[in-house]
Parts: sequence; C-alpha cells; structure tokens
Amino acid sequence: MSDSDRRGSLVRYTAELRTNHWLTALGFVFAALSGLALFHPALFWLSNLFGGGPWTRILHPFIGLFAVLIFLLLAAALWGDNRLSPADWRWLKQWRDVVNNREDRLPEVGRYNGGQKLLFLVLVIGMVGLLLSGLVIWRAYFSLYFPAGLIRLASLVHAVCAFALICAILVHIYAGLWVKGSVDAIVRGTVTPGWAWKHHRAWYRQLTHDAHPRSGPN
Amino acid sequence: MALQSLDIIRRSATTTPAPEVRGSYTGTVAKLIDTSKCIGCKACQVACMEWNDLRDEVGSNTGSYQNPADLSDQSWTLMRFAEYENPKGDLEWLIRKDGCMHCADPGCLKACPAPGAIVQYANGIVDFQEENCIGCGYCVTACPFDIPRISKRDHKAYKCTLCSDRVAVGLEPACIKACPTGALVFGTKEDMQEHAAERVADLKSRGFDQAGLYDPAGVGGTHVMYVLHHADQPALYSGLAPDPHISAMVSLWKGASKPVALAAMALTALVGFFHFVRVGRNEVGAADEAAAEKHS
Repeated sequence: MSDSDRRGSLVRYTAELRTNHWLTALGFVFAALSGLALFHPALFWLSNLFGGGPWTRILHPFIGLFAVLIFLLLAAALWGDNRLSPADWRWLKQWRDVVNNREDRLPEVGRYNGGQKLLFLVLVIGMVGLLLSGLVIWRAYFSLYFPAGLIRLASLVHAVCAFALICAILVHIYAGLWVKGSVDAIVRGTVTPGWAWKHHRAWYRQLTHDAHPRSGPN
Repeated sequence: MALQSLDIIRRSATTTPAPEVRGSYTGTVAKLIDTSKCIGCKACQVACMEWNDLRDEVGSNTGSYQNPADLSDQSWTLMRFAEYENPKGDLEWLIRKDGCMHCADPGCLKACPAPGAIVQYANGIVDFQEENCIGCGYCVTACPFDIPRISKRDHKAYKCTLCSDRVAVGLEPACIKACPTGALVFGTKEDMQEHAAERVADLKSRGFDQAGLYDPAGVGGTHVMYVLHHADQPALYSGLAPDPHISAMVSLWKGASKPVALAAMALTALVGFFHFVRVGRNEVGAADEAAAEKHS
C-alpha cells in the first residue's frame, strides 16, 4: 500500500473547511485557557501564557469573539448535515455499543453520527450563549449598558456555557484520536473507502452510488 | 517584613492562608455616619481628595447639591442628597455619605479572580491592592452596594480604603478628621455600636420612632455603619439597599461551581484516557477496505 492509498482517496473535508476548523480550534483553545485562568485560582498561572493578568483580561474577549465568529462560519457550512433524525437517537441510545467498538450493531450512519450531531448542537448553543453573555460582562465596552442583575446572570451563564463546551470539546478531541483515521480526515482532508464503509456507511453508499442512491436510515 | 501588614484574614483568589500572624486584639474598626447630624458640607469629600491626592473632573450641576453626580475612580466618597416629603407633608433633606461599606463578607473579594488584588485585614478594612488588579470588573459585578469603579486611565478598580494607611499608624480616616459636626466618628466597631445606640435613643426621644442603626446582617455586618432617622426605609437615602447580600448568582458562580466544574473537566479527560487504556482505538481493518471495494 502506497502512502497515498493509506491516506485515502475519499475527500471528507475541503481545504476551506479544514482551515475553518483549525482556526476555530486555535481560537477555542486560547479562549478556554485564558478563560480558565480567570475562573479558578488554581489555574490563574495560565494567565502567564498571555502576558499576565491584565493582558489575559484584555485579550480573552477578543480571542473569544474571533473563535465564535469563525465557528459560526463553520457551523453554517455543516448545518445541513447535522440535523438529528430518529435514527440518530437510536444510535445514541446504543451508546454502550458505540464506546465498546461494536459498530456492526449500530444503525448505518450518514455523513455524521448521532454523537457528532449532538456535539454540534451543544457547540452551537454553547457558543451563542458565550457570545451573548460575554458581551454583557465585557466591562471595558459593554457592561455599562446593562443592569447589575443581568451582568451577574451573564457571569454565571458564561461560566456554565464554557464548562459545558470544554467538556464537549474534550470528548470531541478524544473521539478524533479514538476513531483512527479521523485526524487524517480533518488534517489532510481524505479518508479511505474502508473508513467511510465502517464509520459512515450511508455516506459511503451515497458517494459511490450517486446515480442510484440507496435508501439509508438517515 | 518591610511594608507588610501581616494581618490579612482574607485574600482574593487565594486558597491557602495569607500572612495573618498579627491579630486585631483591640477589636475591629468601624466608621459611624450619623445622617441626622450631617449638614452636607462635603468637608469629608474634600478631605478624601486631599489625603488621597485625588482630583475628579469638575462636573456640571445636575439639579442638586450632589457633586460629582456619582462615585468614580477619583471620588471615593460622595454626599448623596435626597429630598423626601414625609407623611406629615414636611420636607426632609436626607444626606448620606456614600462609599465603600467594608462588608464583613465582601462580595468584591469573593468575585475577584486576581490573587491578592483584594484583601481583608483583621481590623475589618477591605482594601484593593491595585498592583494585582487586572481590571476585569468582577468586583463591580458582585458588590451589593455598587461601589467600586474602574479607572478609564489605568483600568484598575478603586474605592474607599477607609484610609487603611492612616488607620495602620493609629490615625483616624481623613473624612472623620474633617467632619465639623461629629456626624462622622471612628473607633472600634463595639464602641461605634454603643455610640449609635445613644444616638438612636436620642432620635427616638425627638420623634423619630423608626430611628436605628444600619449594620446589615446580609453581608455579615459592615465596618461603615449609618445612624438613620428612618432605619425602616433605607432606600429613602438615595437608594441605600434595604437588605444587601451577595447575589445568589455570584455565590453560585464564585462558590460551588468552581471546584465542581474543575473536577468535572478533569474527570472528562480522565475518562477518555482510561477508555483508551481499557477499550482502545476503533480501527479500520482489511475486511472493511475489502467490503468497501466490493460495494463501490
């Protein structure tokens, strides 16, 4: 098997989408690290990565804004493929088969599985929550327009959304490492036919039988 | 130990004890503001400016004697003027010296994410250490009295220090020294409570049945207290909070959620690691490639 064979021949992500994904990832990681520095004293040392406490306070909202805006572009591109269907809920109900690598027992999966779609939903809600609450607590420019009660609520919402997103992203990163071939898909853009057959069979059928699409479960 | 106070009983964003070997064995301190004796001369405002070397912008008249209109990074104390028509139809001019209340349970300190930017001394004074301040404004968010102000010049938070520098060397705060009527007095909290009790009894004998001491329990009591003629209606005094306490939102945000969320995030990462160890990767085999080939 040559290198290019191993890398795969099916295009899963275009260069534009990959760039968008990794810009989002960079933005999210830096927003998370600078935000965690301000969340718990045990993590305040993370502010050193950004040039100290005041610089962390200055940079965090701008990094966060960048991450959310670039993510919304990505989300718009992936929106259509991420609507949860009844088959996805069946897939999610069989989470024991999922985590134990018993993929043969699961319903056939299209371009994205139930877990990926659920993650997508959590990310969209969490990112919008962070954006709105973040603007309210952005003391330098926007807090003066809001009453104290709303700023307090927004502070809590911001922390809760960030917590949910960080947990979701940890799962996302691990899933990418766990399902071999996924990192190649998002770094170099392609997967092997076997990868698509094993993990996203309905998508594979659609790709290979475009002229005569077979009915998949979703 | 040059220039250390060594009596810090609470320090923001710090989970181990601060230097606290020195106690406050003569009692905590308190400033008592007797609104019934205040004539609104603003000598306290001037003394504060003078001692702390602060000069606010000369503002414009907003229709009352209140000037500047609000507290700022340059105005750490402010006489607030309210005109109240009592049920008898008489006008009462209710003047209240506003500024940091030095809560026993300070919301600002609870919310502050910068280690050592806010400290509480054994004598009860809550002080901002601006060198450590990062300018996030969480203290402003959490304060039940809306006191801290972020400077537009250096983006640090400022408020009344209760002249911690003067008190540390046995002097009374500058505003106390300047007050010409004895409306402002300073001493141990216990003495101030006793003095207030005398003042309240006197006011009651003069017909102010609802006179009382404002030392709100919701924030654990304060080290700045008011004698009010209408202690049943603190809001008459330019919106003094009737029942100040740290908001439940702030308590949740800066209380239980911190350790719980941190533990949950660490646990999520650990679950991933042990899944890898116990179950391992989900890999594509030759059979899958063959099956894909067959169906293409």
